Amino acid sequence: MGERTVVLGNRPGIVSWASIVGRKEQEGPYGGRFDQVLENELNGETSFESAERKMLETAVTLCARKAQRELSEVQMLLSGDLLNQIISAGYAARNLQIPFYGLYGACSTMSESLSLGGMLADGGYADRLIAATCSHFCTAERQYRAPLELGNQRTPTAQWTVTGAGAVMLASGAAARGAKVRLTHTTCGRVIDLGIADANNMGAAMAPSAADTLCAHLKDLNRSFGDYDLVVTGDLGHHGRDLLIELLRQSGVDVREDRLFDCGCEIFSPRQDVHAGGSGCGCAASMLCGYLLPELAAGHLNRIVFMATGALLSPTTTMQGESIPGVAHAVVIEHGEE
Amino acid sequence: MDMLMMGIKAFVMGGLFCVIGQMLILKTKLTSARILVGYVTAGVILGALGLYKPLIDFAGAGATVPLTGFGYLLAKGAMEAAKTDGILGAFTGGVVAGAGGISAAVFFGYLAALIFKPRMKE
Amino acid sequence: MGSEKQVSQAQQDKIQRYKQLVDRLSPKSDMVTGLWRAFWVGGAICLLGQALTEFFSRVLLWGATSAATATSICLIFLSALLTGLGVYDKIGKYAGAGSIVPITGFSNSVVAPAMEFRREGLVMGVGAKLFTLSGPVLVYGICSSIIVGLIAFVMEVL
Repeated sequence: MGERTVVLGNRPGIVSWASIVGRKEQEGPYGGRFDQVLENELNGETSFESAERKMLETAVTLCARKAQRELSEVQMLLSGDLLNQIISAGYAARNLQIPFYGLYGACSTMSESLSLGGMLADGGYADRLIAATCSHFCTAERQYRAPLELGNQRTPTAQWTVTGAGAVMLASGAAARGAKVRLTHTTCGRVIDLGIADANNMGAAMAPSAADTLCAHLKDLNRSFGDYDLVVTGDLGHHGRDLLIELLRQSGVDVREDRLFDCGCEIFSPRQDVHAGGSGCGCAASMLCGYLLPELAAGHLNRIVFMATGALLSPTTTMQGESIPGVAHAVVIEHGEE
Repeated sequence: MDMLMMGIKAFVMGGLFCVIGQMLILKTKLTSARILVGYVTAGVILGALGLYKPLIDFAGAGATVPLTGFGYLLAKGAMEAAKTDGILGAFTGGVVAGAGGISAAVFFGYLAALIFKPRMKE
Repeated sequence: MGSEKQVSQAQQDKIQRYKQLVDRLSPKSDMVTGLWRAFWVGGAICLLGQALTEFFSRVLLWGATSAATATSICLIFLSALLTGLGVYDKIGKYAGAGSIVPITGFSNSVVAPAMEFRREGLVMGVGAKLFTLSGPVLVYGICSSIIVGLIAFVMEVL
């Protein structure tokens, strides 16, 4: 429908979900909502990378258990993370032994996996699949920024990578019976780069792609902010959110600020001193599975558009002076029986 | 009394060097690694031009402790060794003068990495 | 050919306008507090250095160069210890350049990556990563000292 939006005519059901977060996230405003909290950043492992992988595995396993299904009944796993060669997803898939498609969308992976998973389920190509992603503060700092013990200062636009994982089980046909939440549309994001080269200002780098995807989505479906209870973005942060509002207004969209919900802004409270807010795949994923999906299931929310945003940079491109391209994928999730 | 005076001068001079650094961090996009490279090189150049010694005479550790002081040390070592040992001195002088700091950093750094584990930031 | 250039120009304009928007909406950090904190912490570290130098030259009666070297080594040791204990990053967060500019910052930049990458082993992890952040300082410091030495030699000969 329209230029970029796919209608999922069979309305795949979201049958279960699971979320795991770290201590800092648990101390935030939504702390009580997540399924599990990690004891510490090492999660009983010897390295942060293993800890992240184990967190993802646990989220997937918990998701299956909540749906009262065995892992062997899950036909596909669509997953990715922030690390080089998406090792968390790859190694978790090795341990889980579910057929695996690895994805990289940086922090947009949650909605990317839901988009693709939704299309696979809708087309009848899988009865049951899981879309999952994770991120970990320590592994992200190690790879993209600075060693943990370095005495450096963070800038006001810097964001805090969330330690968290989220897994969602999608089902189609008979397997989706009884699902209270449905996936109805997806809009694929285009990579937009407006010249932001500051790796400490992800919000500004990603806002243009979020604006682009949302505008295309609303235009394709002839909808507006009023059609959604919430327009959810992944991790634009406070600064990115302000930029998005401005960009949308410039494109003629009637923005209802009270309906614009950014997971990065919401997951931490201002007193936790995270500067511009949370970031990372796990940010959107854990908020989706901890707060948004339960609210949709209970009927407190009727329809949301969930748009996780990603910044497609690497430490190499930053050092080579390249600017940061962003991408954002949108999926519409509704409360509904059939 | 004169020790107290020296202490105050060291405090103020050292503070000023850091304030300049902080301005650079706030106002430019320079990362801390690049700022440090700038400081050490500035110390070498100022030392070579004879402009740094007066700062040390005036403020003692206020000028030797900042990284510019390390640069001064390298420059002084290279220049003095060049005068006595010629070209060879130019090559060896700097590193020899800085050997104490470099060895200490490497050694204690390695030990700390063996003994301690990195902790989560608050 | 002409339209290609036009598209590029339109894109350039878009980028420019966006940059202006970003700058306009950017949160500003409190400059004065930051400068004050850098000042007093940096000054305090130098004061400590001064005290150490006095100790070495007046109490132990070492020469000026030895006292200075010993002071550096002590400060480096102290910084390595504080980094290992997980305290130096807190000082850094508070003081910014006040903890980066003194030689203690150099030591912190050696210890932090070494600790971090220990998981990758003692040779390629700790051994190699000791220099990821401090390497440039050594390279540029040593190279410029060599150049200065050579110039001094040439001027001596002339």
